[in-house]
Amino acid sequence: MELEDQEKIIETIQAKFEGEILRTEMLYDFLTITLKQEKIIEVITHLYHHPDTKFQYLTTLFAVHYPDQNQIGMVYQLHNLVTNLRIRLKIYLPIENPTVPTLTGLFAAANWMERETYDFFGVLFEGHPNLKRILNVEDMIIFPLRKEYPLEDQVREDKNDLMFGR
Amino acid sequence: MEATTASGIKLGTKPEGVEGPGFFATSLEKVVGMARKNSIWPLPFATSCCGIEFMATMGAHYDLARFGSERLSFSPRQADLLMVMGTIAKKMGPVLRQVYEQMAEPRWVLSVGACASSGGIFDTYSVLQGIDRIIPVDVYVPGCPPRPEQIIDGVMKIQKLVETESLRRRDSDEYKALLNKYGIA
Repeated sequence: MELEDQEKIIETIQAKFEGEILRTEMLYDFLTITLKQEKIIEVITHLYHHPDTKFQYLTTLFAVHYPDQNQIGMVYQLHNLVTNLRIRLKIYLPIENPTVPTLTGLFAAANWMERETYDFFGVLFEGHPNLKRILNVEDMIIFPLRKEYPLEDQVREDKNDLMFGR
Repeated sequence: MEATTASGIKLGTKPEGVEGPGFFATSLEKVVGMARKNSIWPLPFATSCCGIEFMATMGAHYDLARFGSERLSFSPRQADLLMVMGTIAKKMGPVLRQVYEQMAEPRWVLSVGACASSGGIFDTYSVLQGIDRIIPVDVYVPGCPPRPEQIIDGVMKIQKLVETESLRRRDSDEYKALLNKYGIA
């Protein structure tokens, strides 16, 4: 990504949301902007409408669990299909209360992505029209991609210490 | 005793019985068992690579039709044998169970491959650790995936069960208790 494109994007956010940006970095030629969690939806909406950015395609949104920091990272990746520019916006939520407003008001595609993120990480999206599990069985009681839960199915009997060192 | 016709076709063995000029007497159970054994309609429930091996088993080279299983039934209502081939995710569990419940008695289940039998390499939160957690299984075929010869061997073991099964088995208390254990009425 060209330096002037980067600067233009950061400038667009800073002009309206001063002090919201915590950190900006280029990771594998991918502009990553870490923001404070409160105004994330407003920032995305602003980037959607502003003529200089027009990030009108939501590539993906997902979460990352950081057990050492007791935090869940929420990541939004946006794409401008006209200029072919991409950015990544990142916020951090406390593990005790991972709550963030829904993005479904701006992108209908966020509906299933947010359900998936809830399903695997337990992130609660306020205002989501149908926040329930999407991929896992409905009676599952854990959020399987959080690090405190083991990957393995605990009912397995044929893998004992003798053979597999469990 | 196995007999061979003039054109070289091998005939199957006769069941035990009393033979005389113009008649042959045996028990009904043996006749029914022989008929069932050689006309099993399998329902293939194929979800992954074991299903590909099954396709080879049904193909001209291995040809499961030689064992009287020419006709696959894609409706559980007409099927005798449920062949489960592949990884069954926990979300697929209720579907498999419903398919089993829709089959009419007598019904048999063949679990093909490591995943269907035990979860296989997929020791993970989303995969059912063996289909015998939700439905009763008659024969397990090991392998990852098993070769067609192994699947045929499993089918032949099912044939043996079908042939020798008592006509009253499905009415027995043991069988009802088995189904009850799985919560199938």
